[in-house]
Amino acid sequence: MLGKLTWAAIPFDQPIPLVAGAAVLVVILAVLAYITAKGWVPYLWREWITSVDHKHIGVMYVFLAAIMLLRGFIDAIMMRSQQALAYHSQGYLPPEHFNQIFSAHGTLMIFFVAMPFLIGLMNLVVPLQLGVRDVAFPTLNNVSFWLTATGALLVNVSLVVGEFSHTGWLPFPPLAETTYSPGVGVDYYLWSLQISGVGTLLTGVNFVTTILKLHAPGMTYLRMPIFCWTALASNLLIVAVFPVLTATLAMLILDRYLGFHFFTNEAGGNQMMFMNLIWIWGHPEVYILVLPAFGIYSEVVSTFAGKPLFGYRSMVAATMVICIISLMVWLHHFFTMGAGGDVNTAFGIMTSIIAVPTGVKIYNWLFTMYGGEIRFAPPMMWSVGFIVLFAVGGLTGVLLAVPPADFVLHNSLFLVAHFHNVIIPGVLFAAFAGYEYWFPKAFGFRLDERFGKAAFWCWFVGFILAWMPGYPLGLMGMPRRLQHYDVAEWRPWLLVAAFGVLVILAGILFQVAQLVVSIRRREALRDEVGDPWNGRSLEWSTASPPPAFNFAALPRIESDDPYWQIKQRAIEQQVLRPEPTYKDIEMPRNSPTGFVCAFFASFMGFALIWHIWWLVGVTFVGAYATFVVFAWRDRAEYHIPAEEVARIDRANRAARRAALARLQQPAQ
Amino acid sequence: MIGRLQAALALRRVGIAGRLLSCALCLAGCNLIVLDPKGPIGAGNATILVDSVVVMLAIVAPTIVATLAFAWWYRASNPRARRMTEFVYSGRVELVTWSIPLLTIMLLGGVTWIGSHELDPAVPIPSKYAPLDVQVVSLDWKWLFIYPEQRVAAVNRLVIPVGVPVRFTITSGSVMNTFFIPQLGSMIYAMNGMEAKLNLMADEPGSFLGLSTMISGDGYPDMRFTAEAVPPDRFAAWVNETRAGQGETLNSQAYRDLAKQGVPPTSIVYPAVEPGLFHRITTQAIPPGPGPEAQSSGKQGPEK
Repeated sequence: MLGKLTWAAIPFDQPIPLVAGAAVLVVILAVLAYITAKGWVPYLWREWITSVDHKHIGVMYVFLAAIMLLRGFIDAIMMRSQQALAYHSQGYLPPEHFNQIFSAHGTLMIFFVAMPFLIGLMNLVVPLQLGVRDVAFPTLNNVSFWLTATGALLVNVSLVVGEFSHTGWLPFPPLAETTYSPGVGVDYYLWSLQISGVGTLLTGVNFVTTILKLHAPGMTYLRMPIFCWTALASNLLIVAVFPVLTATLAMLILDRYLGFHFFTNEAGGNQMMFMNLIWIWGHPEVYILVLPAFGIYSEVVSTFAGKPLFGYRSMVAATMVICIISLMVWLHHFFTMGAGGDVNTAFGIMTSIIAVPTGVKIYNWLFTMYGGEIRFAPPMMWSVGFIVLFAVGGLTGVLLAVPPADFVLHNSLFLVAHFHNVIIPGVLFAAFAGYEYWFPKAFGFRLDERFGKAAFWCWFVGFILAWMPGYPLGLMGMPRRLQHYDVAEWRPWLLVAAFGVLVILAGILFQVAQLVVSIRRREALRDEVGDPWNGRSLEWSTASPPPAFNFAALPRIESDDPYWQIKQRAIEQQVLRPEPTYKDIEMPRNSPTGFVCAFFASFMGFALIWHIWWLVGVTFVGAYATFVVFAWRDRAEYHIPAEEVARIDRANRAARRAALARLQQPAQ
Repeated sequence: MIGRLQAALALRRVGIAGRLLSCALCLAGCNLIVLDPKGPIGAGNATILVDSVVVMLAIVAPTIVATLAFAWWYRASNPRARRMTEFVYSGRVELVTWSIPLLTIMLLGGVTWIGSHELDPAVPIPSKYAPLDVQVVSLDWKWLFIYPEQRVAAVNRLVIPVGVPVRFTITSGSVMNTFFIPQLGSMIYAMNGMEAKLNLMADEPGSFLGLSTMISGDGYPDMRFTAEAVPPDRFAAWVNETRAGQGETLNSQAYRDLAKQGVPPTSIVYPAVEPGLFHRITTQAIPPGPGPEAQSSGKQGPEK
C-alpha cells in the first residue's frame, strides 16, 4: 500500500532533523492558521497563487529563493561548525548525516536559491524593460514557478521523511547507484530535480520567446537593456542544456528503478559517461546563473554612476561569446580522469578563453564608473564589492583551468573556495543588488539604506573570512567534504572560516531586519513617482508597483536608454509627454492550473521516491486532467476598461508632474 | 627533452617568486604542502601553479586597485572629479580591454599546452633506473597497494624508493576515488573496470600524506594513507621483511573480505600476493565491492 514507506523513515532516534522538522512544521501551520484567521486566503489565491502576472510570479520566485537561502545557510553553519569541531574527533554530525548536509546545501543553493532568485528578477523586470504587458506564455510561467516550488518542497520533506542524497550535489555513479546508495536519498534528489527541471525548461522557452518576439514598438534588439540580453543568453542556455540534465538523470533513474546499466560498474555501464553528460549541463549552468547576474550589475552600475553603460555593443558581444563558449568547456571538471595531454590542453585553453569576454565586462563596468557621478546606495555597494572579489575568483578559476595546476587542486578546498568565490559575489551579491534595486518597483517603497549597508559589510567581510581560508587549506592538501580530520595545520583556518559564517549570519539578520523595518517605515520610504533611483530603462517609466497592464499605452522607443531620453526631454521642456488615448486592455486571466498541477506533481514525486505505484498513477492522471481542463477553457482573457486605465495612469502622471515641478523650483 | 629542460629552467626562474610567496605564507604558520613538493612531478605542478598566479596577478591586481580608485574618486560627493557622463564609447579603450585579457590568455595558453603534455600523468619519468610498478586499488574505505614484481601488498601504507620513478596503475574495487599524494604531485581518478596510469617520483626521503579527494561514502574521511619514501636499500629491506613476516596471502578470498565496507584500524601487510589478482579485479573477474547491504554494522573493518 505505501511502498517502501514505513515508520522507520521518520528519524525518531536523531534529535537534530526531528526537532528541526517539527519546528518548521509548527511555523508553517502557525502561518497558515494566521492567514486563514485574518481572512487572507481568497486574496492570496486570487492575487498570488493563481496569478499569471509576471510581477507577482517574480515576487513569489524571490520569496521561495529567500526561504531556501535560509535553509541552505543553516546547512552551511552546520558544516562549518562540524569542521571546526571535528579535529581528532567525530564532531557532532555522524558521516551519514554530514554527507546529507553538504549534498542538500549544494542542491538547494544552486537549484532553489540561485536559480529562482534570478528567474524571479527576470520575471519582474524583463517584460517591463521590453515595454510589454506580460511574458509570452503567462499561464506557463505560473506552472514553471509551482513546479520549482514542488522540487524545493520534496528536498525539504527528505529532512523528516527518509533521508537526502549522501553523494554530493551531483549524484556521481557508481556511488549513486543502488548498490552503494540503496536508500531513498538519491531518489529524493532525482525526482526533485526532474520536476523542477521541467519548470526551468518551460521558463527558458517562455523567456526566449518573450525576449525575441515581444517588444514595444521601436525596441530593436540593440536597444534592449543589457539585462534583457543577458536574460536571453541565460535562457538560450537553459533551453540548450536542461534537456541534457533531464536525460542524464532519467538514465540514472532507469539504472536505479529498472535495473538498467547506463552508469553501473557492471554490464558495460560507464561512469565516465555520466561525468561528461552531467557537466555538459553543469558548466553552462554556471553561466545560466552568472550571465543575468552580470546584467544586473550592468544596470546598477550604469544607473548609480549616472551614465549609460560603457561599450554597450561590446557587452552584448561578450555576453553572446560567453553563451557559446560555455558549451565547450565541460571537461575541465575532470582533468584528473586521465584523458591525455591533447584533450586536457584543448579544454584548458577553451576555458581560459572565457576569461576574455568576462574581463571585458569588468573593464566596461570600470569605464562606466569612470567620469560618472557615483551614488553609493546599497545596490552599488554590492556591485563594487562584487568586482573586487570576483576578480580573485576569476583568477583562481583560470588557474584551475590549467591542467597541471588542477592536478594538485582538484576537489580540494581550493576548488570549493573558488566556486564560492564566483557564486557568492558573482551571483548572490547580484541577486541582493537586484533585490534592493527593484524592490521599490515591486512594492512601491524603498528598503532602508542603513540596514542595507550594514548587511553588505557583514556579507563582504564575512565572505572573506569564510572563504579566503579555503585557498591556503587547498594548498595544504585538504580535500572537500571531510567529516573529520587529524591534520593540526588545517584547524586554525577552519576556525576562521567558521567565524566568517557567523559574520555572514549577522549580514542575513540585518537583511531580515531591513525588510521588517522598511515595511514599518513604508510611508517614509514611499516611491511616489515610480523612479526612485533616477533610472534609465523603461521599468522606471511606469508606477511603482506597476498596474496589472504595466503601461497604459505601449511606449514608442526612439533611442537607447529610452526612459532617460523621455525624462530629459520632460525636464527641458518642463512638461510631460502628452496623455495617450486610453483604450481597453486585454489581459490574461488567472489560472489555478500551475498550482493544481504542482499539487499532483508533489504527490507523484513523493510516490515515485517511495515506490507507491498506485499513487503515482492517480496523481499522474490528476495532473494530466488539469492540463486538459486548462487546454479546453473558453475564456483566456479579461478586459480592463479604458476609464480604469485612464484613472490609474492619470494618478501616476499627477505624481510625475508634481516631481517635475519640484525639480524646477531650485532653478527659478 | 631540450624543450623540457628549457621549460624547467624558465619555470625555475619565475618559481623564485613563488618560493618567496610560499615562504611568506609558511612564516605565517601554515604548511602549504602542495607548494612544498618532494618530487619532479609535484615540482612541475607547483611551478606552473605559481607562475600562472603571477602572470594573472599582473592584470588582476591593477584591476582591483583601479576599481576601488575609480569608485572612490568619482563618488558623487567629490567636487574635484571631472564628470564625463557622455563617455560611453571609445574604440581605443575597447581595443585595450579586449586585447589585455586576450594576450594574458595566450600566454597562459602556452603554459597550458606545454604543461599538459609534459605533466600528463601517463608520461613516464626519464631516469637511469627502471620504474617500480605499483598497482593501486581503492576500496571502501582503504587503499590497497600491490607490488607485482615483489609479490607483496599493503593496505594504507605505501613504501617507495627515493629517486626511482614509480609507475602506478590505479583502479577501484567499488566507487570512484582519487589517488593523491600532494607532495609528490598529480592526482588521478580510480575507477572500477579501468586502469589509470600515473607516474610519480620522490626526490628525498620522507613520510607524506596520501588521500582521496572524491566522496566515496561514509568512510571517505578515513581514506588516508602514508606514503613513505625510503632509500632504495631500505626499500629492498622492507620488501624482504614483509615477505618473511607474518600474515595471510592476498588471494581472491582475502581480497573479497578486504573489499567489504569498513575502515581498518591499522595498516596491513601481505607477505604474498596471488599472481594476476589485479588483472582479475580490473576485468571484474572478481566482482566490484558489495556496498552497504552485505554488512550492516557499517564502519567496523574486517578483523585481521
